[in-house]
Amino acid sequence: MKFLCIACDTVMDFAERQIPGDGTLAAVFECGSCNREVAMLTNPMETQLVSSMGVKIGGREVPAQPMELARTSMEGGSENVFDPTDEPVQDQAVHPLRVTWTSEAVGRLDNVPTFVRGMVKRIYTDWAQQNGVNEMNPQIMDRARTELGLEGM
Amino acid sequence: MRKIRTYQEVSHTTESELLEQVVEQQERLADRLSQVKRLIAIASGKGGVGKSAITANLAVSLAKKGFKIGATDADLNGPSLGRMLNVSGARLRDSADGVEPAMSPDGVSVMSMELLQNEADAPLKWREPSLGGFIWQSSLETGVLREFLGDVVWGDLDALLIDVPPGTDKIKRLLELLPSLDLMLLVTTPSETTRFVVAKSIRLAQEAMIENIGLVENMESHVCPSCGHASRLFGTGQDLDEDSEETLSLWGRIPFDPRLGAYTDQGKSLISTEPDSATAAALEDLVERVSKYIKGG
Repeated sequence: MKFLCIACDTVMDFAERQIPGDGTLAAVFECGSCNREVAMLTNPMETQLVSSMGVKIGGREVPAQPMELARTSMEGGSENVFDPTDEPVQDQAVHPLRVTWTSEAVGRLDNVPTFVRGMVKRIYTDWAQQNGVNEMNPQIMDRARTELGLEGM
Repeated sequence: MRKIRTYQEVSHTTESELLEQVVEQQERLADRLSQVKRLIAIASGKGGVGKSAITANLAVSLAKKGFKIGATDADLNGPSLGRMLNVSGARLRDSADGVEPAMSPDGVSVMSMELLQNEADAPLKWREPSLGGFIWQSSLETGVLREFLGDVVWGDLDALLIDVPPGTDKIKRLLELLPSLDLMLLVTTPSETTRFVVAKSIRLAQEAMIENIGLVENMESHVCPSCGHASRLFGTGQDLDEDSEETLSLWGRIPFDPRLGAYTDQGKSLISTEPDSATAAALEDLVERVSKYIKGG
């Protein structure tokens, strides 16, 4: 999918994605020559059609997580499938930084269904490691959530 | 009319990055399965021919012979391998590399949609929107199957067995995900209707140029437990070899035995529980043939 600014004959660049939470999506593309912006608006069915491929328009802020599509798309996923006591194993070769979770931060994860809890914890931990943060607390979680666009997580 | 450049004429990376993400998914899948020596699909095209029971019995018997075996349900809507391989209710673990599969008591690594569902008897449902589900559902289910194959930490298996649901479209979807499938075992029965449907699957597999296609004729006869007399269950009276293409080979002929289904439903292998039965012997022959294939024979 490409957006072409006809006046400039220039391919527009992806600029922003907004997910209002009603199943719709807005993806903004900008012409690098004339700065004109267009927003592609999709209805819930069109949004679902794209997300059912396991892809995100404009690319990902967070790498695809293991079985992300199944975990986020399934209705009635079992709360008991993923062992909540399991710590996601950290790959020391890739992420040398050890991230400690405060009890308050761990408490916040209690609000996340266990079906996706391990995946969400991994996303926060990866973000912390990439940003040189060695302690995960509620404030850091808020910052990460904003940067990663993880509303509701 | 003004000329607008076409997609192909625009030499620019796709700013939506959709294509790049799809390519990345395929690379991730290929990377994961590069550790698996043999990818084996057990399919038919027709339902009710015993694919899952054969898959489960093959998996257990191969594992008991010392092979490192994985098994997955490509059937998301009617999963049965969880029960048949005794991993119902098992908990999964997240690891840095993916999701660890459940381990059966016989040492088979298992992934099945059943493991993810809250209620075993609940139909599989996807989140909203329900409108236009027929448009996106197929894509979503193929994506979830891709995750079963590519996001599960299968490790260095000797063989990964994939139980393919009925419908030639499901075979086609699997082949799109796994163009490097090593072996497809097509399960048929002597029923004319079944053969009619399986013929379509054979053609599909041949068109996909799968190197090894084997036929397994299930329920080929019924052996009387009292006198040992074998009689046909279906009316064709025609040997499968006469119908088969030269490029196909018959990998197994398995007599009907009600205990096969009964034991398999309980998570038990017929070969282990009734080793002297004709059906167990036929299954053992199939296991031997697959063993040789895995070893490279």
